[in-house]
Amino acid sequence: MSNTAESTRTLVIERVFSHPPEKLWRALTESTLLAQWMMSNDFAPVAGHKFQFRADPKPNWNGVVDCEVLIVEPLQRLSYNWGVGGSESGLQWVVLWTLTPAEGGTHVRMEQSGFGPDQQAAYQGAKYGWGKFFDGLERVIGGLG
Amino acid sequence: MTQANTNHVFRALADPTRRAIFEELTRQGEQTVHALTRYAGVSQPAVSKHLTVLKRAKLVRHRREGRETHYRVQPDALAPMVDWLNLYGAFWRDRFDRLDALLERMEP
Repeated sequence: MSNTAESTRTLVIERVFSHPPEKLWRALTESTLLAQWMMSNDFAPVAGHKFQFRADPKPNWNGVVDCEVLIVEPLQRLSYNWGVGGSESGLQWVVLWTLTPAEGGTHVRMEQSGFGPDQQAAYQGAKYGWGKFFDGLERVIGGLG
Repeated sequence: MTQANTNHVFRALADPTRRAIFEELTRQGEQTVHALTRYAGVSQPAVSKHLTVLKRAKLVRHRREGRETHYRVQPDALAPMVDWLNLYGAFWRDRFDRLDALLERMEP
């Protein structure tokens, strides 16, 4: 298990596509196009818009991802919440797409980060973020081998 | 790894107080419930409840010594978390492939 500390904090997938940013932006933000490579959805590129991705149900997962659009910066950045299993007991992530023009195409970076519903409530004033938690965790995970 | 176990781990660590307790145990090694209560700044019953959740997720182990209960971390329990992210990694790579295929089909 290499690079575990980093990968538990944030998951990053990057690729250069040989297509212009305009085309990638459409694929990321037009609901019908998005459905062809992600999942069926009622996405709209409007900050604050709540939507769902829907896949076939699986054991322990009803196939629904609850999302809310956080950032819409045309051709550059797109971000939404990614919630699985309901808002109370479920798991919350933030997905951030970043597009950068690259030689002959577009560099696409997908970052999925965060684990807890930290943002929802201050939890009795506790201010204990995942970042800090995982900083302290590196040595533990380092022992996982 | 079972999905149920993974959910236990994630949910146990979704709570900031439990994360704080868990990290304190990783930092200080074995601790008594009393010491953890002083650290967490919440009531002892609350700390005990948190420890029960961590125990159910197999994130901590306990032993009794006289009147005190001592807790320590079980770092292996974090493995499902790492595995789960590996699964998500596979998910996104697959979606990137599908995105690439879609871009080929789209008009310029």
